[in-house]
Amino acid sequence: MSETMPIPRLPPLAALLAGGVPFALVDHVLGRLTAGTARRHDALFARLGDKARAIFLIDPTDLPFAIMLRPDPSDLRVEALDRRRASGWDARIAGPLAALLGLVHGAYDGDALFFSRDLVVEGDTEAVLALRNAIDDAEIDLAEEVLALAGPLRRLAEPPFRRLLPLAERLSGVALTRITPERGWR
Amino acid sequence: MTQARLELVCPAGTPAALRTAIDAGADTVYCGFADETNARNFPGLNFSRAEMAEGIAYADARGAKVLVAINTFPRAGAEALWHGAVADAYAAGAHAVILADLGLLAHTAERHPGRRIHLSVQAAAANADAINFYAAAFGVKRVVLPRVLSVQEIAAINREISVETEVFIFGGLCVMAEGRCALSSYATGRSPNMHGVCSPASHVAYSEEGADLVSRLGGFTIHRVPKAVAAPYPTLCKGHFTAGDYAGHVFEDPVSLDAAALIPQLAKAGVRALKIEGRQRSRAYVAEVVRTFRQAVEAEAAGLAIPASDLRRLTEGQQSTAGAYRKTWR
Repeated sequence: MSETMPIPRLPPLAALLAGGVPFALVDHVLGRLTAGTARRHDALFARLGDKARAIFLIDPTDLPFAIMLRPDPSDLRVEALDRRRASGWDARIAGPLAALLGLVHGAYDGDALFFSRDLVVEGDTEAVLALRNAIDDAEIDLAEEVLALAGPLRRLAEPPFRRLLPLAERLSGVALTRITPERGWR
Repeated sequence: MTQARLELVCPAGTPAALRTAIDAGADTVYCGFADETNARNFPGLNFSRAEMAEGIAYADARGAKVLVAINTFPRAGAEALWHGAVADAYAAGAHAVILADLGLLAHTAERHPGRRIHLSVQAAAANADAINFYAAAFGVKRVVLPRVLSVQEIAAINREISVETEVFIFGGLCVMAEGRCALSSYATGRSPNMHGVCSPASHVAYSEEGADLVSRLGGFTIHRVPKAVAAPYPTLCKGHFTAGDYAGHVFEDPVSLDAAALIPQLAKAGVRALKIEGRQRSRAYVAEVVRTFRQAVEAEAAGLAIPASDLRRLTEGQQSTAGAYRKTWR
């Protein structure tokens, strides 16, 4: 986002590997992750208001697929798809995966990413602002949500996962877990 | 030699941002209710009554204060919304309300005697006579000065008034007629001063046309920004227009205020509090800007040089200015 710390892009090999994962599997994981996050952060729906019924195209430009999201608590839908086939969305939010994860985790400021042209928005600007502000207030931690998916295996999975996370963040330059005042970012 | 410490007044658009601001070193946080009573009435932003009470309790427990901005101008026939906001802010335990409208000031002084009132920048009180009137008539205890004054003019005002002054130190800039700007109303039919939102998102459309980012407000094209050039907010005051032979930012460049280097002069000019703009910004912005200015305020109090910082990437246009504090025009 700054001249000295550009937003990292997903390495081409990683993007190639991600492209090989069947959409059905991606949909299954995204569906469980989104449902769990919605359950644990239900206050964000109040902030979304009627924009919860909007259809968002979340477009990580360095991934081989985009994500269609309808954050309606009564009919939550999420689906991975080829971005060339994406249609019928109300709002599109596009940028490198690292920028999108950094927004969720409080590492980056949305307006600053817009100023620097790292983030592109199109369509219903009200819906984009509502989603951004709701997510920023929700203080979501996707690492915590991934661990929650492990269910009874969490006790086994958590210690190595927590040890590997800081290393993965250092190597990738991507905020993989929520930024807290104690650890900051950059 | 140490001096009295300046108060750091920080923005919060959400409860998470309020907690972030306090944890990062805010003395005071200002925020608003989720309706048109405050000048940052954006989708997904602001506080419910319950969230405000929880935020104030969080601040109280950490020795910080909360100010509630009720700084738009009540619409005829809808005054009850603004009156209710004032009553609810005090009931939630707000340290003060920040008001701009004369009628709302009169109502508040009459119905809530003894409660603290700050005068919003939206009131555009830019001279000692105006400020003394607000103090005498409504018991205003602090005035947020409009961003049109040089440091010398602020010092001159402070010599002639008895109330506290608060000045903007960092963040977005408006054209120099706060509380009186009608540019956004002209393009959208929605008034920043009455509906609480400049360039409402409902009237903003972005599109990528080739390598250009095109911004439209109410159907008017206001910017066409080439690739790799920093994008501004979609406000008419920062629009890029052609007028006669001139093509460029007719009203104002897309640039943000950063007056950190002037903190010692502002302190000498008698300023009591420094205000950071940005209730529409994220907790990432709040954390970094508040932390940076906390260090600056501590350095000033200790008589040390203001530490160097670089917040440009958080600023509109990725450029900063000392604005009118170093005014070279008239």
